[in-house]
Parts: sequence; C-alpha cells; structure tokens
Amino acid sequence: MLLIHCPYCEEERPELEFRGAGDAHILRPTNIADISDEEFEAFFFLRDNVKGLVYERWRHIHGCGRFFNAARDTVSDKFVTTYKAGLPRPDLSPAPKATETTVETYEATEGVAG
Amino acid sequence: MSGANRIAGAGRLTPARTARFTFDGKSYEALEGDTVASALLANGVHLVGRSFKYHRPRGILSAGAEEPNALIDVERDAARKQPNVRATVQEVFDGATISSQNRWPSLAFDVGGINNLLSPFFAAGFYYKTFMWPKAAWEKFYEPRIRAAAGLGVAPTQADTDHYTNRFAHCDVLVVGAGVAGLSAALAAAETGARVILCDEQPEVGGALHYDKSVKIDGQDGFAWAQATAARLAAMDNVTVLTRTTAFGYYAQNFVVLAERVTEHLARPDRKLPRERMWQVRAKRVVLATGAIERHMVFANNDRPGVMLASAARTYLNHFGVAVGKKVGVYTANDSAYEAAFDLHRAGVRIAAIVDNRAKPGEGVLAEARSLGIEVLTGHSVIDTKGHRRVNSMTIARNGGGGKRTIAIDALIMSAGWTPSVHLFSQSRGKVAYNAETGQFLPGTYAQDCLSVGACNGTNGLQATVEEALAAGELMARATGSKAGGKVEIRAENAFEWTGGMAGAAEGAGANDNVKAFIDFQNDVCAKDIRLAVREGMHSIEHIKRFTTNGMATDQGKLSNIHGLAIAAETLGRDIPKVGLTTFRAPYTPVTYGTIINHSRGELFDPTRKTPMHAWEEAHGAVFEDVGQWKRAWYYPRAGETMHEAVSRECKTVRDVAGVFDASTLGKIEVVGPDAAEFLNLMYTNAWDTLKPGRCRYGIMLREDGYVYDDGVVGRIAEDRFHVTTTTGGAPRVMNHMEDYLQTEFPHLKVWLTSTTEQWAVIAVQGPKAREIIAPLVEGIDISNEAFPHMSVREGKICGVPTRLFRMSFTGETGFEVNVPADYGQAVWEAIWARAEPMGACAYGTETMHVLRAEKGYIIVGQDTDGTVTPFDAGVGWAVSKKKTDFVGIRGLKRPDLVAEGRKQLVGLKTKDPTVVLEEGAHIVADPNQPIPMKMLGHVTSSYWSSNCGHSIALALVAGGQARMGQTLYVPMPDRTIAVEVTDMVFIDKEGARLNG
Repeated sequence: MLLIHCPYCEEERPELEFRGAGDAHILRPTNIADISDEEFEAFFFLRDNVKGLVYERWRHIHGCGRFFNAARDTVSDKFVTTYKAGLPRPDLSPAPKATETTVETYEATEGVAG
Repeated sequence: MSGANRIAGAGRLTPARTARFTFDGKSYEALEGDTVASALLANGVHLVGRSFKYHRPRGILSAGAEEPNALIDVERDAARKQPNVRATVQEVFDGATISSQNRWPSLAFDVGGINNLLSPFFAAGFYYKTFMWPKAAWEKFYEPRIRAAAGLGVAPTQADTDHYTNRFAHCDVLVVGAGVAGLSAALAAAETGARVILCDEQPEVGGALHYDKSVKIDGQDGFAWAQATAARLAAMDNVTVLTRTTAFGYYAQNFVVLAERVTEHLARPDRKLPRERMWQVRAKRVVLATGAIERHMVFANNDRPGVMLASAARTYLNHFGVAVGKKVGVYTANDSAYEAAFDLHRAGVRIAAIVDNRAKPGEGVLAEARSLGIEVLTGHSVIDTKGHRRVNSMTIARNGGGGKRTIAIDALIMSAGWTPSVHLFSQSRGKVAYNAETGQFLPGTYAQDCLSVGACNGTNGLQATVEEALAAGELMARATGSKAGGKVEIRAENAFEWTGGMAGAAEGAGANDNVKAFIDFQNDVCAKDIRLAVREGMHSIEHIKRFTTNGMATDQGKLSNIHGLAIAAETLGRDIPKVGLTTFRAPYTPVTYGTIINHSRGELFDPTRKTPMHAWEEAHGAVFEDVGQWKRAWYYPRAGETMHEAVSRECKTVRDVAGVFDASTLGKIEVVGPDAAEFLNLMYTNAWDTLKPGRCRYGIMLREDGYVYDDGVVGRIAEDRFHVTTTTGGAPRVMNHMEDYLQTEFPHLKVWLTSTTEQWAVIAVQGPKAREIIAPLVEGIDISNEAFPHMSVREGKICGVPTRLFRMSFTGETGFEVNVPADYGQAVWEAIWARAEPMGACAYGTETMHVLRAEKGYIIVGQDTDGTVTPFDAGVGWAVSKKKTDFVGIRGLKRPDLVAEGRKQLVGLKTKDPTVVLEEGAHIVADPNQPIPMKMLGHVTSSYWSSNCGHSIALALVAGGQARMGQTLYVPMPDRTIAVEVTDMVFIDKEGARLNG
C-alpha cells in the first residue's frame, strides 16, 4: 500500500484514503460552449498513456477532502511529488535509469523488446 | 521409538512426547515437533504423492517451504479441511487426519499413472496444440477432463468455521528470517533501542542451523545459541519475535505483509484463537535475511521417492533424528552434500558413494571423505535411477563416457548448489544482478530502504555473514535515529566453506527427448521441454515459462527457475543474464484466502446502512431490498399476500387515499454561500438564480459529455442556501463531482458543500388525503394549496421538532416530504402513521414507489437512463436552460452524435394484450419476422403491472421513439413475440390535476 503525501494535510497517509481523479493540468475552457468539435475532443477525450512521469489529480477523499496534483512515475509507481491544485506543473528531471549490470525482469522490458 | 528410521540420540525432539496421526487412513506415531514429512520418513514412508501431469510416484524432496511434491490434505473436520499443504512445513498434531492427493483409487495404484506411459504425447505445449479444435469442444469436453485429471487437492465444500485476524504494525527495522544472519541483524538493531520486528516462517528460529550441526557461535552449539538469542530478543521491550510467520509480500514503501500461523500446529486449538493472523507492517527499514534454497541435480528419473535434497536429509537427521535411508547415494556438484554424507555416515548410515559432477571438489571435504572411508567419484554423473515406489538403484558413468555401473541404494541425496532467496528483494522492485563466478542472481540495485544479508545476498562464510548482518542491523537502526547501545560482536565458526554449484542439466540428462530429467517437479517439466520450447520458437523466458509451465506451480519455481533459465540460455546460445529472469510475485508461499479476507466476511463484508425508521418498518412486516448499502423497505405484505398483491394494493391505496413512504436514503447536499445559485447554475442544466426562496425545482445534472449523470429536486431555503437532493445511489459521486468542480474549476466561487444525507429523515406522505394527515401536526406553516403550492419548501415545526417541509411528489399525487433531524425520524413517522392508518392510508415500499412514478412517466436515472442518454432523449429537455452560457455538459450536448436524428428516446409502451407485463431489458424490433440477428430498435427500461390503469405499463428507449407515437413494435421473446404500441410516457392524470390538488 502506497503512502501518499497530502499537500494540504502535510502528512503521508495510506493510499486507501485517496482516490485518483485523472489527468492534471487540463483546463476547462471558460468559453466552453463556443469551442469547436476538435477543441472539445482534445479537451475531453484525448489523453496520453505515458510510460514514465505523469501528472495526475488525486483527492484526499477520506481525509481533508481536497483535490491536489501529483507527479507519479508509471514505471516505478512512485509518487515523485504532490502539490496543491492550481499550482503550475513542477519541472522534474527524469528518473535515473537502472545500471546496465542489473538484469531486467520481463515486466520492465515489456514493450521494449522488438 | 516413533518410527523405525528414528536414530537413538540423534535430533532435537523428545522421544517421550509422542503424537498419533493418520496418513491415508493408516495410523502412525510421531514426536512432538515433527513435520508430517519427518514423521512419515521416520516410519519409512517415502511415497506421498503423485505428480500433476504424469501421475508419477513422488516422495519428499525438501525439508522446507520450497517443497513441490509432498502436498497433502490436512483435515480437522469437514469444514476445517485444507488441501495442498506442504508436508514439510505442516507440524504433526495429535489426531491429525492427513491424506495424499492427486491419486485414484489409491496412492500406490493410481490409474492416472497411464499418463506416464503416454508421456511422449504429453510434451510441452501439448494442450495448446492438441485441444485447439473444434473450439466448442474445449469448454465442453477437453477442459473439464484435463482439469479433473490434473487437479491438486480438493477444496472443502463447507464454509470455513475458523476465524482470522489482522494487525497493523509499525517498526523501525523489520528483519525477515531468523537464521544466523537475521538473528545477528536483529540483535544489532535492537541494541540501539530501535523498534524491531523479527519474523521467521519456521516454528523455531535458526534457519540453516536446523541442519548444520558443525556451527559454534560464541563457543555454544549454533542451534542452542539461536534459541537463546531469540529468547533474549523476545524479552526486550522494543522487539517482537514472530515464529511460524511468513513474510509473503513486499510492497511499496516498505510495506511488508506477514502471515502468522497461530493454531495450525495445535491438536485442540482454543476456538477463540484466530487460525492465522495477518500483520501489515510498515517498516522504516527492512533487513532481508531470507537465506538460500538448495537446488536439485537435473538427471534422468531424478524424481523417484527417496531422491531428495542433501540439506533436507541433513535436517531430517540432525533436527528430527530420522535417517532417510540405510544405504544412501550422493550426487552433487557442490560441497554441501558432502557434509550431509558425513553426518549420515557418523550416524551409522552407509554412504554408497559420493558421485561428484565436478572434476575438482573442495579440498577440505574431499580429504574428510577420504579419511571417513567414503568412496568419492569425481567427474562422474548419475545417469539414471530405478525403483517404482522408492528408488532402489542409481546408474553412474564417467563424464565423457565409460565407467558405467549400477549401485543399489534406498535413498539418493543431491545438491546442485544454492539459490539465494531474492524473492522479497525482487518484490520490492529491486533489480537483481548476475554473478557469473557463483552463477547466482543477487540483489543489485535497491528500490527501497532495505538491505539483504547472508546467504540471500550471496555472502559466503559464516563469520562474514555474521559481520555483514551485525553491520546492516546497526546501520539500518541508526538510520531511523536510534542512538543507544554499542557494538555487538559475535564469533562464529563452522567445519567447511562450500564451493561449487551448477545450473541446468547435468551430464546424463541427455538431449534425448525420452529422458525425464525433471526441473519442475510439481508441473512435470523436464529439461527436454525447455529445449523443445526454444526449438518451437519461444525465445523470451516468459514465453518459455508459459509454454512449458515451468515455475508456475504452487512452489513458484523456487527449485526450478534457475535450472530452466540455464537450459534455455544454453539452447539459445546466450548468456544467462541476457535471457533474463521472470518476475517474482507475492505471495512467497501460498496464503489461505481466510487470512487475506480476514474479518471482511458475513455481516462485516460490507457496511449495512439503515434508515431511522428501519425498526418500525421491520416491526410492520416490511420486506427489504438492498439499494447500494442501504436496506430499503420494498413492500409491506399483509397475511397471505403475495408481493404482486401487496404492491397492487399499495398502489391503489396511495391514489385512492394516501401512503407513507420512507425516502430517507435520498442523497442530500446543503449548498451554502453567496455564490450558491451561480454554482448550481454551472452544475445543473436548469437556471437557479430565478428560483425564489421557498420554491423547488427538478434539476438535471450532466457530465461534461452531455449525458445525464443525476437528477433530483432542489429547494431554495434562502438566498444563499439550497437543499439539494440526489438519487439514493448517486449521493457520494454527485458530492464528489460537485467538490471537484468547486475546488478545481470554479474555485473563485464562495460556496460550501456539506453532505446531509444521514442528518435528515425523510417521510413522504402522498395521496388525496396527504394534507389532511399532516395538517394538525404542522406548526408555523400554512400548508393550504394556495399558500403552499406544488414545488414549495418551508421551514417550521412538525410534532414540535424542526422540519423542512417540501410540497413535492414522485407519485403524481398531492405530496409532502417531511424532513426532520434523523433522531426524530421514527417518532414523527409514528405520529404521522397514527393519523394515516385510521383514514385507510398505507405504508408503501420502493416497489410501489417505482410503479407510481412510472405511471406518471417520471424517470429513474440509472434505470431509464444508462450513461448514454441526454435530457432530450429522456424527455426532460425542458429542464435544459437555453439562456445560460455555461453549465457542465453544455458543449457535450452539441456534439454531432448527440443532436443526430434517430437517437434512442424514452417513450411509453402499452402491450396489445393488456395483461402481459414485458420483461425489463427485453429488446424491441420493428419487424418480428426478419432473420436473426434482428435489427434492434431499443430496449424496455421499466415495466410493471399497473393496478391503477388496469393494464401493464412500460418505459423504453427506442430509436427515433418520439416520432413513433402510435406505431406497433414487437418484443421477441424465446417463447413468443409480444406486440406493443408506442405511447407517451404519462399513463395517468396527464393534465396533472391530482398533483396540484
């Protein structure tokens, strides 16, 4: 079970207290009624399925109830950082690669093998 | 003497303390502390099971958790019956009923053994290739038969009467494994004052000290030192020592889960005790001291009963006092087997020969063997064995040819070296690295705050292990801020350091496709199967694993992984690390479901929510239905009434007189703040700023994609205060949906949301006499039709307690919904009932509520809509404001597909035969005579018998439905086709006179 740092409670709490809420930093257009089909498609339907660092929204639903943002690595499943809703996307350098002397298990190489 | 093979003076069990158990109906004597395996061996029983695929006779291979063969069924009674237990870890208790598995009719004569003769046809991938066609036969014929033939144990048919418990624990340092390394690490950590948990899967600490009698620690016998050290640790306030406790899963952020077997070894356990206790441990630091597992040699017919690991034979001798044979052969590629031979020799067992696959064994062990007079054949291999139910000979040959001879034996012990147990390290997402020199996968890059010490870290030498463990224990403890204590020093010595080890097939395992040199005993995978898999094009180790099932048995490849990998690498002509390792997964050893499910069963499986009036409803004979977690009164049958009769009566009574209904489960959200109206304007399709305080409105909530998400009546209590109601099932998600927009999209709005679902009890009073019923009870509110018209809300008092009184209706009748604080719910209900009953009104349940609302064409979100329905499709397009420039879903509603012609729209249906009630979910077609598959126009969403209408009624989603009024459509059923007429959705009181009366 992951521990997730709530930026409002300023505490690490078990993941059972939290619920994911999809991608972060997708701004709902203020003129949403007037946007084109293509713009609506991009806003509402199209999402990347990133291998690596993703920016997500989470809610501390069984805690303070606040929505916040998190940067998480989808390969290691590690939360790199969490930050309050409304703050800009933090600049994070990519996670270090495993050294060459280690042996990858199948999972880690999945999708890479030709 | 408990068993003919027990050697007087050997082992650590007490001869006087005996226990009796049965194995396949025959009674045996054991000693307290025996495992089922040691007790059977003491009694000369080697044949204990049949293999999975070939049904070959199998014996006891190991003395530990890695056992693939000796799986048994342990029975206390019909409900407490556990299949697939490893005989090597199950402790004997007095009165235990043990049975072998996967044999019919008996262990010694098993009909399935024919598979062994047919084995040329059962090569790897056989099932995939042979049973492909015809497709239908797979489900009906092949699979059931294969499953029946290849089954392991049989699951009990009765519910488990044991109970299980769970603990959360936090510690500074968790030490997994209590052998020399684990005990040393725990001691060093504990001395700093750190909070330490030490766990070990065995009944007693000691690990390898169970078999290695040569070890002296601080001048004391190794095993005795281990027990004394564990006692010393257990006496410390900051230490918890857990035996019979397996760390089976290592998850993120040092979250390690342990299974403690509390009563499994007891003859008559106190039923108050849990059978197992799950420990969910969050450790600041983890020390892994999980040891290593000895590998078997891969050669022809290496699976006969009596063939076992050298360390196992040594454990049975030195710990249990049992000799595994009288004339024992040794086949090895590693020095450790020599020490087993020496101990057996000294105990009076004849060692037939030590056959060493290597040209150069360790010098120390070789010299010792010679001085004891044991024949050593270096550069030789065992190329075959004989013996049906127990091995009776081994055939050996010189590597490279010649020197072939057959030696009579009654047991054969073997060692191909040691595989470090990196399972938990790997589960922690650490990356292993291959050490070409020792041929071992060892911890490489750590992903979490843990360290591996001792054999699981590939550390050689006892003193080196102790020092590494002491350093790691202290380092990890200091890292958590523990400051007490000084250095711990331990001096340890043993007889020999071990060299050697091999992976893959030994000489004599042959490239011959008929030789059965087993790698994975439980799944019957041989060396030849791996080669075949590679030849057939499987180049990834994962594909080889799936194709051959190597490592997929309950032992999860503890013995077989490295052998399989080495053979694959050799066949592929690649280095072992280039072939890669399959992923280790939790659990390390099988964990019973009871432990994982724990308390979450029966009444505790899911919380039950009851309304404030539940007790009254129960007392008045209500039948309840589950709506989410709620128990809702479904209908109130009178003596002799069927459900149909009760519902018909309730429906008639509400329209003719009145009815009282418990609507407390409706979701309720208090929306407060200066911007509350603006916020609701954004959340609902309707306009809320135009709603006057004291009035209500039916609101539709959409998702951003334009589909209906929820609905409900919203009352404006004051300029800045709204009482929002949601569907019963939708309350939590609507609250979440509102919070989401308020916090992240519209944070500039000054609004506060509070869930008040459980704060209000809601009593709906509906029907022509509703006003008369409540009138004398209400204070401070004029409830006349003029002063309090339909869709109004007032605050006042009822029965002397505060109320929010709504004039609203989900029945089409004059209706009131009385909201009172939950604690007053039952008292107010009873007061209303005391007036309603003498007037001839009834209490009604959810089924009647459903019928009455359908008679009026009121939709239920989630029943008449399914997440692809717009307000216009559902016939409530009037609720969508045309003036607003924004609300959630405004853009979605304009999507081309949502405004296209021919969408499914909600309509009413009347069956041509008024007595026929349609089935909800039934499909609707235009032409019942078209060929199958027919073109479906839609489906029935709600359908009831209406006693008020005198005919059945239904709602349905039908393509272009609103343009089909009056058309005849058809509902094809398996036994007949039902003709229906498309109508509007209101079946009763179309002009709404009753509603506004």
